[in-house]
Amino acid sequence: MLDRADPAATAAPALAVSGLSHAFGARKALDGVSFTVEPGAFTVLLGLNGAGKTTLFALITRLYYSRTGSISVYGSDVRRDPLLALARMGVVFQQSTLDLDLTVEQNMVYHASLHGMARRDAAARIAAELERVDLSSRRRDKARLLSGGQRRRVELARALVHDPSLLLMDEPTVGLDIESRRFLRDHVRHLCATRGLGVLWATHLIDEATEDAQVVVLHAGRVLASGPVPEVVARAGAADLRSAFDRLIAETRS
Amino acid sequence: MRRPGLSPAHYARCLNGIVRREALRWVNQRGRFVSALVRPLVWLAIFAAGFRFVLGVSIIPPYETYIPYEVYIAPGLMAMIQLFNGMQSSLSMVYDREMGSMKTLMVSPFPRWFLLVSKLLAGVAVSVVQVYIFLVIALAWDIQPPVSGYFAVLPALILSGLMLGALGLVLSSFIRQLENFAGVMNFVIFPMFFASSALYPLWRVEQASPTLYWICQLNPFTHATELIRFALYNQFNAVSAGVVVLFLAVFLVLAIQGYDPSRGLIARRAGAE
Repeated sequence: MLDRADPAATAAPALAVSGLSHAFGARKALDGVSFTVEPGAFTVLLGLNGAGKTTLFALITRLYYSRTGSISVYGSDVRRDPLLALARMGVVFQQSTLDLDLTVEQNMVYHASLHGMARRDAAARIAAELERVDLSSRRRDKARLLSGGQRRRVELARALVHDPSLLLMDEPTVGLDIESRRFLRDHVRHLCATRGLGVLWATHLIDEATEDAQVVVLHAGRVLASGPVPEVVARAGAADLRSAFDRLIAETRS
Repeated sequence: MRRPGLSPAHYARCLNGIVRREALRWVNQRGRFVSALVRPLVWLAIFAAGFRFVLGVSIIPPYETYIPYEVYIAPGLMAMIQLFNGMQSSLSMVYDREMGSMKTLMVSPFPRWFLLVSKLLAGVAVSVVQVYIFLVIALAWDIQPPVSGYFAVLPALILSGLMLGALGLVLSSFIRQLENFAGVMNFVIFPMFFASSALYPLWRVEQASPTLYWICQLNPFTHATELIRFALYNQFNAVSAGVVVLFLAVFLVLAIQGYDPSRGLIARRAGAE
């Protein structure tokens, strides 16, 4: 865990994306994307498959750089100051990144060391996060033996080991049953409320953006609407988010 | 305002974690563990037994007497263990579910060059242990270098392991379409292994084909093999050491560039998916 005694950072949004564009050859994956995630806000990045969600995640996590626009995490620019930005970020990728041949605990210890955490601090944090997702009893099992839902919970616990203040989740509920889905969502929302964690939750499932959430609607690489769900619905003149979403997408075609 | 940062202790913990993970993976993946040991033994037990009567070996340095063919190919097999290891540990990062474990590594706040070098060192540590296990088993074939040779070969193994591991990293960052390990076998491992001094002394290759001789001379794997061969008998092959260091530097620069987020080679691959 890094020290982060930076008073200026507390006033900045958890995540600020502005004017972000990215192209793969001639294909524009992102086109002038801007939005913010405030600390403590559960923000749903809503878009169909191919809307650019995964590209956006790759840029925020510095897998590669964008050519235009900027991304900052609590005021730290991902490009200029990757150290601070990445240290405050926890990520759960769309595809599982657990090492199936290692135990749950070994996976988490590895992650902690990638953040430079001392063994003793790490052990305490790992125990606490595993307890929170109700998997303490499985900590010595190989990841391979866990169900899909349990693996996701481990990944969430792992992403939180270094105590980040921004959590990114790319399609975290894909392939999970209703029970696991609910557990994951409730757990993350609880973290927003209690720890002030800013969350960006990418999904194509409209019902994951509930009334009290923030939403960013991404379509064909562009942000069509963003803000609190009721506001976005009202602005689109729709009855609910689903019809608002359909309407916004229909407008891009006309 | 105190600026947050990473201390040497942070770096040490990170390196330690990466090496530990590599070791755990190696031990846990039994198949990989066993095949890594069986592969060179097959060469010793079958290939060398059949070939020893075909290929007469004269006295060439570093050897001082006539040697059985098994003794000649042992250093080449040691280098082969490292070659396979280098390819496997780097390429597995990419093919393990679309760069899954690579992503885990890359979102670490440590500088990317440090993460890559740590990854490299972890692979080398595993390959060196494997080579020593091989040397113990090789005693059954009377492959008995001087006792001091077992120590002298360690720096050679580290250097050659780094070079071959760095080559694996380069391939993993640049090559898009080596879908599986078979492709790497055909286009990298076999050509490097056969066009080298691992299986036959180069003076014999020169008699057969001067062109092939020069290809072998330019092959970094030849020099990894020779570096190990000489070190095993307490001698230092300066030319081979120089060539190995040179290729290590080149591969390392290419690998670090390949994973540089601003150059976007990973991005290009992502876009191609």
